[in-house]
Amino acid sequence: MSPPRLALHGITKRYPGVVANDGVGLVVQPGEIHALLGENGAGKSTLMKIVYGVTRPDEGRIEWEGREIRIDSPAQARALGIGMVFQHFSLFETLSVAENIALALDAHEKPAALAPRIRDVSQRYGLPVDPDRLVHSMSVGERQRVEIVRCLLQQPKLLIMDEPTSVLTPQAVQQLFVTLRRLADEGVSILYISHKLDEIRELCDVATVLRGGRPGGQAVPRDESNDSLAQMMIGRELAACSLQPRAPAEIELELTQLTLDSGEPFGVALQGIDLRVRGGEIVGIAGVSGNGQKELLAALSGETRCTARGMVRLAGDPVGHLDPAQRRRRGFGFVPEERLGRGAVPAMSLAQNALLTGAPKGLVRRGFVRMGAARTFARQIIERFAVKCRDELAPANSLSGGNLQKFIVGREILLAPKVLIVAQPTWGVDVGAAQLIRQALIDLRDQGAALLVISEELDELFEISDRIAVLAGGRLSPLREPQATSVAEIGRWMAGGFVGEALDAFIEIEEAADAAA
Amino acid sequence: MLRLERRPLPSARMRLLAPLIAALLMFVTGFAVFALLGKDPLAACAVFFVKPLTSLYGLGELLVKTAPLLLCAIGLAIGFRANVWNIGAEGQLTIGALAGTGVALAFGDTESHWILPAMLIAGVLGGMAWAAIPALLRTRFRTSEILTSLMLVYIAQMLLAYLVHGPWRDPDGFNFPQSRMFNDWELLPILVDGTRINLGIVFALLLAGLSWLFTDKTHAGYRLQVAGLAPAAAAYAGFSEKRNVWLALLISGATAGLAGIGEVAGPIGQLQTTVSPGYGFAAIIVAFVGRLNAFGIVLAALLMSLLYLGGEQAQIDLGLPSAITGLFQGLLLFYLLAMDAFVNYRLRRVVRAPAASGAAA
Repeated sequence: MSPPRLALHGITKRYPGVVANDGVGLVVQPGEIHALLGENGAGKSTLMKIVYGVTRPDEGRIEWEGREIRIDSPAQARALGIGMVFQHFSLFETLSVAENIALALDAHEKPAALAPRIRDVSQRYGLPVDPDRLVHSMSVGERQRVEIVRCLLQQPKLLIMDEPTSVLTPQAVQQLFVTLRRLADEGVSILYISHKLDEIRELCDVATVLRGGRPGGQAVPRDESNDSLAQMMIGRELAACSLQPRAPAEIELELTQLTLDSGEPFGVALQGIDLRVRGGEIVGIAGVSGNGQKELLAALSGETRCTARGMVRLAGDPVGHLDPAQRRRRGFGFVPEERLGRGAVPAMSLAQNALLTGAPKGLVRRGFVRMGAARTFARQIIERFAVKCRDELAPANSLSGGNLQKFIVGREILLAPKVLIVAQPTWGVDVGAAQLIRQALIDLRDQGAALLVISEELDELFEISDRIAVLAGGRLSPLREPQATSVAEIGRWMAGGFVGEALDAFIEIEEAADAAA
Repeated sequence: MLRLERRPLPSARMRLLAPLIAALLMFVTGFAVFALLGKDPLAACAVFFVKPLTSLYGLGELLVKTAPLLLCAIGLAIGFRANVWNIGAEGQLTIGALAGTGVALAFGDTESHWILPAMLIAGVLGGMAWAAIPALLRTRFRTSEILTSLMLVYIAQMLLAYLVHGPWRDPDGFNFPQSRMFNDWELLPILVDGTRINLGIVFALLLAGLSWLFTDKTHAGYRLQVAGLAPAAAAYAGFSEKRNVWLALLISGATAGLAGIGEVAGPIGQLQTTVSPGYGFAAIIVAFVGRLNAFGIVLAALLMSLLYLGGEQAQIDLGLPSAITGLFQGLLLFYLLAMDAFVNYRLRRVVRAPAASGAAA
């Protein structure tokens, strides 16, 4: 039997204050699609940085095709035949595809000379890319193709993909899988990092699990269920959320023809969004980020003021002209996408962060801060939402992403909002914390609040939403109950497909009305 | 080999130690500078740092110079904590002096207990008005307050020069560019006989205490701090950026204006072409050496005041140029900024790792 393409033995990497990898091993065979699984902070990224030569391990051995080696730099990793597609792309928007790829290659080649090779590779692997196109006009999925083509031009023997599908529609994910399988058939090994268990079970031959920086075992994903894989990652069983049907109450949040230009270049303008969210209801908004989510959130929170006050209504009253503080006083609550720096002040303690939006909980009297009350409120949040931290005086940036998210969600929920708007509730949050957060959102709905959840995770939206819509290109699709739609339909809508369909449906209704008349 | 390495958490100890180490390094460098100038370094240091403090009058002068530095610095520190960079305290101080003097001159020789308080209030309002210009420009046109507040310093000084050379010049003053001397009831009362210590230092200490209360205990102070640490979080929580900018600039303008009228109605006793040897600029250093904290700023203001006194003493006793004061101020700020790097970073000896067993590919 030929030696494995890559073998890591006993890799240990310490950072000041934390052991990121502790005696981790990993063996990847030629032509194998190998999943690397683990919660956030389990050490996946560190391990990949070691393989790609960005950092060096403190202990352990690396073998490449049976020979022990040392990888000192990404350039050396590329020379060995290791390619990496990053989660966040590093492309210049004002340059063409060929120019971007020419910049990234180690050997100097003219963009014009590269163009035929780019066409060749993109055709062979079913990755349509036009070398002369400017990057700024491309969608996120197309940009990812550019990154993959860039890697493939170097004829890699091992391709590392870091969370490649988090920005793709379900259809684009299937296209990507076809490409990856073809590469594997040609003998390329693929290291696939993701926390989407369905995808891993569909695509990967073997999975290596990391848990808290330590080896957590190996599995063949096809033989496992989502639950058993999740159990391997977090080391215990996972309870499912329960969404009991509920009769919706009065309309709490109403958007009427919300139309708004984006203030930024390459931003997305919102076009005529109509939406009603009732008390005791969770409405989920799906969509690939960069389709107007940021703009919609800013219009809802009041960070961008609307052009007409009636575009946003709270319990019937127009609030489109009000600033964030005024909207909060009327019962709006928000959980922003960025936790550190927006949802929480990194350098401040949890008690001080409880005060960020918690002033109405009696934390301020006659202009003076009641620090004792703020600490009590912070302790309540920590206890109710099982936030793992030293105590309420620990600075926000000492918490892991998931724990900070629990704190922020907890703070907003305990403020008892009438309408809660949540962006990416479990983005980058580990499985256990994600479950707790989803259940907390459902509990708030059961108490009669109206919730609007904007998320890129379709599974999550199907799990917790009473109705789902898609935001694409700044337009909102029709709303559907999860039972009445499918991942395929939502996926088609995420690519903007609902505009034509909606028109068809409209014409049908008109025709039916005409016929009836 | 030494390497600068990021600390996992900023060091609280280093945050406190940095100004002390910076002051020490300033002394050491000053020692070397004296030696290079051919002075006996020990004797020179004694002249610079000790002699001013050996008499009651000297101690009084220390407090007299501390007052304007402290007043300007506590106002600036509130703004700096909120990322509002008012570096024009010198101009606000000048306008404060002008406005207060205007009140005194308007009343002529009419004697009243109300004139001095009116002058002080006018000084405060004058400083606030001057600081309101960069506030308006920043909130309305997004102009950088760093540039506008600095440029307004020079406009204020031109205005001062125009007034003392023109309309406000003392008719009995032999054509010197200065206003008439203030009357007794227009001067801040002297607190200790044999010195020039006046009410100014009391105001300054009182306001330092209030500034601590404001930043540490009030919701407005908290909102300013959030705006400084995480502007996006302030926007998310609904803290108005405009209100914060206005508040920070008006507070620092008010204290600088008070410092200005305190100078002309205190040690100077009339309006002259210069009312401050750069207190408004030195206060920026004071605010940072004092870690933007009220108590630290009191200590830093005392140190900065000593540098002014020492500089004067060195001119008299050692025949050194007046630039020596600026030199020490510069050294202090330079070393503080250098030491601040060690709050977030530390030096570590790294032994070059022996090549891992086996040859590289």
